[in-house]
Amino acid sequence: MTEPSAAAAGSPGEKATSDDGFIVFDQISKRFGKNVVLDDLSFSVGSGERVTLIGPSGSGKTTILRMLMTLTKPDSGRIRVGEDYLYHEQRNGELVSAGEQHIRKVRGRITMVFQQYNLFPNMRVLRNVTEAPVHVLGRSQDEAEERAKELLDMVGLGDKLRAYPSQLSGGQQQRVAIARALAMDPDILLLDEVTSALDPELAAEVLDVLRDVALSSDITMLCVTHAMKFARDVSHRVLMFDQGRIIEAAPPAEMFDDPKQERTRTFLESVLDET
Amino acid sequence: MSAGLWNYMFEGLLVTLQLTIFGAVLGLVFAFAAGLARLSGNKLLRGMGFAYTEAFRGLSALVVLFWLIFVLPTVFGVQLAPLFAGVLALALNIGAYGAEVVRGAVRAVPRSQIEAAIALNFTPWQRMRKVVLPQAVVAMIPSFSNNLIELLKATALVSVVFLSDLTFGAQLVRASTGNTAGTFGLLLVAYGLIALVFTTLMRLLERRAAASLGRTVPPGMIARIFRRTEASA
Ligand SMILES: Nc1ncnc2c1ncn2[C@@H]1O[C@H](COP(=O)(O)OP(=O)(O)OP(=O)(O)O)[C@@H](O)[C@H]1O
Ligand SMILES: [Mg+2]
Repeated sequence: MTEPSAAAAGSPGEKATSDDGFIVFDQISKRFGKNVVLDDLSFSVGSGERVTLIGPSGSGKTTILRMLMTLTKPDSGRIRVGEDYLYHEQRNGELVSAGEQHIRKVRGRITMVFQQYNLFPNMRVLRNVTEAPVHVLGRSQDEAEERAKELLDMVGLGDKLRAYPSQLSGGQQQRVAIARALAMDPDILLLDEVTSALDPELAAEVLDVLRDVALSSDITMLCVTHAMKFARDVSHRVLMFDQGRIIEAAPPAEMFDDPKQERTRTFLESVLDET
Repeated sequence: MSAGLWNYMFEGLLVTLQLTIFGAVLGLVFAFAAGLARLSGNKLLRGMGFAYTEAFRGLSALVVLFWLIFVLPTVFGVQLAPLFAGVLALALNIGAYGAEVVRGAVRAVPRSQIEAAIALNFTPWQRMRKVVLPQAVVAMIPSFSNNLIELLKATALVSVVFLSDLTFGAQLVRASTGNTAGTFGLLLVAYGLIALVFTTLMRLLERRAAASLGRTVPPGMIARIFRRTEASA
């Protein structure tokens, strides 16, 4: 994967990247009742690539991330992550619906940060970050705590280890959620409007943290955001969704400065009006 | 009142406390078993949980007790110790109410909490144990507190099957002294005091539970009274 420094410096520079198909959506469809949200959607994301998903409300961005996180099951089609299908497994040479064990194995490479943080209110900050590494990854308590403290320091919350989530501001909670996700050493990080619930100032703190994470790691990132500056700085490629289809895909500079589709242009204008 | 009569009341008090405490513990087991069964993905478990809660919520603990004491021995040849029969009847009854509390509280934990647990790849059982239950239990305590008082009141029923609880003791005392108002007045106060002790303990538990979520609840009446006396001292 290309280093994003050029993009971070604001130069339009590098093109969207070679795509080795690390994550592949293959003819994915999803409907809720009569509402067809995704219709035969196919796209792929390269290993280490950072992709921003934009598009109007209801265009299916969250649904896509939730499918990868195994929170929403596609009606048809396949999703491949690395060598494995997410919802299918090989059995006797046939591709069949995957069992819980297979899903957990593939899901172990992926984690997600949510718009509403979703910290566990019954655990202090440190334990929010150590619980899954200890009980899911099998790390020792000491090892997990050491790593958690590093991560919490990194997000600027090294002094809040013993606080409960309810005692933190939204921005602080979201930074804990980021530390909690990173503690799982994910290959793939999903971010769904992680700053939408925050005041601009707190949102900026969170985005700064995420920018550092993005630019100093090779985690593959799928990010839904309205923070266009952030998208420009960190993403290799922007996908514009409308009604469950990708209507335009381009590196951020190109997408934001010179969109090809009229629909993209009006959408970007409406987002700029908001902010 | 003679020392012997006091003794009846005191032994009765012990029986009432045993019925309440053991009934509550066993009832709690039934409540969790049935409440979680009703939320299970397994149809059979769900059905069993449903049948139990519906049946025993509608049945008086007294009727259940009659069955345990009088029907079981004659029909099935099983003779339960009266105290155990009393505990079981009360627990079956209160457990059915408790099951609804458990079910409601578990379902009230936001779906987003479970999703966060999935995103961290916890197993279904870990999600339940580490994320859902610790939050649900906090929400259960106020309702359990009411259930406990209901249970305490229901223990008075068992004296009709010759279990010498507090109410039974009071009847003995009344019969031998003829002082109806005084004896039953004392009974009233005794149940009131026990209830007060239980609610105070549950209130403490509620505060500890709230603290486990980093929340504080306003102090209860007793605590406020103590605080005031401390302040004025
Ligand atoms: N659980 C659900 N049940 C019914 N409909 C749903 C459900 N989840 C999503 N939808 C519908 O699917 C469509 C796509 O939703 P999705 O959340 O993916 O959009 P989005 O692009 O993330 O929008 P936003 O920018 O508002 O977050 C919407 O029309 C939404 O109403
Ligand atoms: Mg969304």
